[in-house]
Amino acid sequence: MADALAILANAAAKLTREGLRVSGRGATALPGLVALTVDPDFIGALSSSLPHGVICVSGTNGKTTTARMLADMTRTAGWDPIHNRSGSNLDRGVASALVAETNWSAEPSGDLGLFEIDEASLPGAVGKLKPRVVVITNLFRDQMDRYFELDTLAKRIGDALASLDPNTKLVLNADDPLVANLAVRREANTVFFGIDDPDVGSSLPQAISDATRCPRCRSPLVYRRVVLAHEGDWSCRSCGLARPRRDVAATKVVLAEGSTELELAGTVGSVFERARVPIPGLYNAYNALAALAAARALDIGLADALRALASFRPAFGRLETVDFKGRQLRLVLVKNPAGFNAATSALLETGRHPRLVAALNDRDADGRDVSWIWDADFESLAPAVEHAVITGVRSGDLALRFKYAGLAKEKLELVSAPAAAIERAVALSPDRTELVVLATYTAMLALRDALAKSGAVVPFWED
Amino acid sequence: MDLRLAHLYPDLMNIYGDKGNVIALAQRARWRGIEVEVRPYSLGEWTDADWPDVWFFGGGQDQGQDLVGADLAGKNGAALKRSVEAGAAIFSVCGGYQLLGHEYVPESGPAIPGVGILDVATRAGKKRFVGNLLAESAGGQLIGFENHSGRTYLGSAAKPLGTVIVGNGNNGEDKTEGAVQGKVIGCYLHGSCLPKNPWLADQLLAWALARRNTDVKLKVLDDSDEAFARTQAVEVARTRP
Ligand SMILES: [Zn+2]
Repeated sequence: MADALAILANAAAKLTREGLRVSGRGATALPGLVALTVDPDFIGALSSSLPHGVICVSGTNGKTTTARMLADMTRTAGWDPIHNRSGSNLDRGVASALVAETNWSAEPSGDLGLFEIDEASLPGAVGKLKPRVVVITNLFRDQMDRYFELDTLAKRIGDALASLDPNTKLVLNADDPLVANLAVRREANTVFFGIDDPDVGSSLPQAISDATRCPRCRSPLVYRRVVLAHEGDWSCRSCGLARPRRDVAATKVVLAEGSTELELAGTVGSVFERARVPIPGLYNAYNALAALAAARALDIGLADALRALASFRPAFGRLETVDFKGRQLRLVLVKNPAGFNAATSALLETGRHPRLVAALNDRDADGRDVSWIWDADFESLAPAVEHAVITGVRSGDLALRFKYAGLAKEKLELVSAPAAAIERAVALSPDRTELVVLATYTAMLALRDALAKSGAVVPFWED
Repeated sequence: MDLRLAHLYPDLMNIYGDKGNVIALAQRARWRGIEVEVRPYSLGEWTDADWPDVWFFGGGQDQGQDLVGADLAGKNGAALKRSVEAGAAIFSVCGGYQLLGHEYVPESGPAIPGVGILDVATRAGKKRFVGNLLAESAGGQLIGFENHSGRTYLGSAAKPLGTVIVGNGNNGEDKTEGAVQGKVIGCYLHGSCLPKNPWLADQLLAWALARRNTDVKLKVLDDSDEAFARTQAVEVARTRP
């Protein structure tokens, strides 16, 4: 039972929510803000009443997909998660999710809190939420006009994790040196995941290398195998720090156009299972491994977890597809170099020549500094591109990026209105072909609106 | 004609898309039929510091900057200085710009000496300057995105690169942005800077090529895409600083 202040905060937030609904506006973070204004400890008060406790999923890329996979797994196991699926995954988003899933006495309707937490908010959030499990997918550079430099951020997260109850379980990416090193002094209660397939990856860190130096002694790291960006089989010759054991590992990864098969091995020993991940790309293999490792930390049976994974459906902008005028539109949300590279290498894995609509905005939710596009590997993408229609508030910067990456002028077109950009790309594409839409957050919203207005069946956006 | 382009500490000083400056210099030379070679110069003693025509020195995270500062305090800093005296150009941004100055004074602790190629000094500020930056310069307008907490002040030998119209620039006080001294430029423009400020890229190319060639005349390129990106970015800077 929540205390009186929390009940009051919850009621005030619920009234706000009703007001928004009557005025025809969808779910926003506003009810959460109201609740937090009335009771700053609202999140802690409500989340402590959840019988299965709280799980935090954080990291730069993949937290939405990982959290959604994990939500499906807990549901298959018979639990009832309260999940903040909104893109506004800060305190307000968590508070709004709680408000939405409580009655007027502030009693939650679910039994487990599953919260996506922005990596910059994680140090503060774990103190309030007191989670039983913290999952961290990876740490890359992201929108540093708002956040901190990566080393500083890793240190703050490490300090916050060190202060948690000793029984808290960590689920960490063994292949990401910055993330793996967050387990310092807590190895016994950490479930590590990673990719162990010797045929996956190359021998050199990719162009954007945030963590090619040892997180402990800052000497250059040595990689036996690089899987994605700075994720791989790493070690430090100077101080001996190395990739930790993998409790959940993919020993074989088979990538196909729309899905991925993983052969799993774990420290359970004789267990070798196959996992089907119904979305493409190596980075989604990592997301699936993170969710499976989290399921293990929660003692959810592997059979339940695999069944949930096999029927997984991606969220808005995460390789979701939409039929439009006889073409298949594949929507891909991009926001930082690592995410962009992962998404485009998934596009190129199967030797395709993508027809693109690319959209760059610089609103707060996109990151106001568009510099990151110069760290992304457009040089690998440009030679394969069939044509690119560019739009968005900063279409000029994006067009320059393609131009300097070597895309020929006749393959590049600038169209300012989102609806017109999609129409133009459709006109350039033969019937039944695939069009890939790469866009930042608010640019994707604009493109989706345009699609919906021209009659495309766009799935309800619940993300 | 060929261009020798050096990228300083690409593994440690490569923040906020500054790599785009190397791409811009290289491509704008190639589009004019000039061959380009790019070499990285990182920690450890350089044996060929007289090779580059132009050096690029980008911004870095705090810890990267410490390692680089220590490296430049030795033989490499002296080699960089000799290279400039022998006619090479440097383009530096943010952390690189600060390290080329006399010193960086942190909030606490002793001052960290710089290479002293630019007559500027920097001290730590409390508030971080983050936002679009627009400045007026003799060669044209400068547009980019600043993100720094350091406050840089110019000595008499360094001239401001531009006068701030939108944003904070060097220190948020005297309306100056960046510094020029001979063929050495420092500034706070990320963005990347050179693709969106092609006149500055071409100025650097001309300086670089002049080191080993007489009569450098750069062919005029079609910069209509660059002009469009500039117009868009200036509009954003003026409406959402
Ligand atoms: Zn080490």
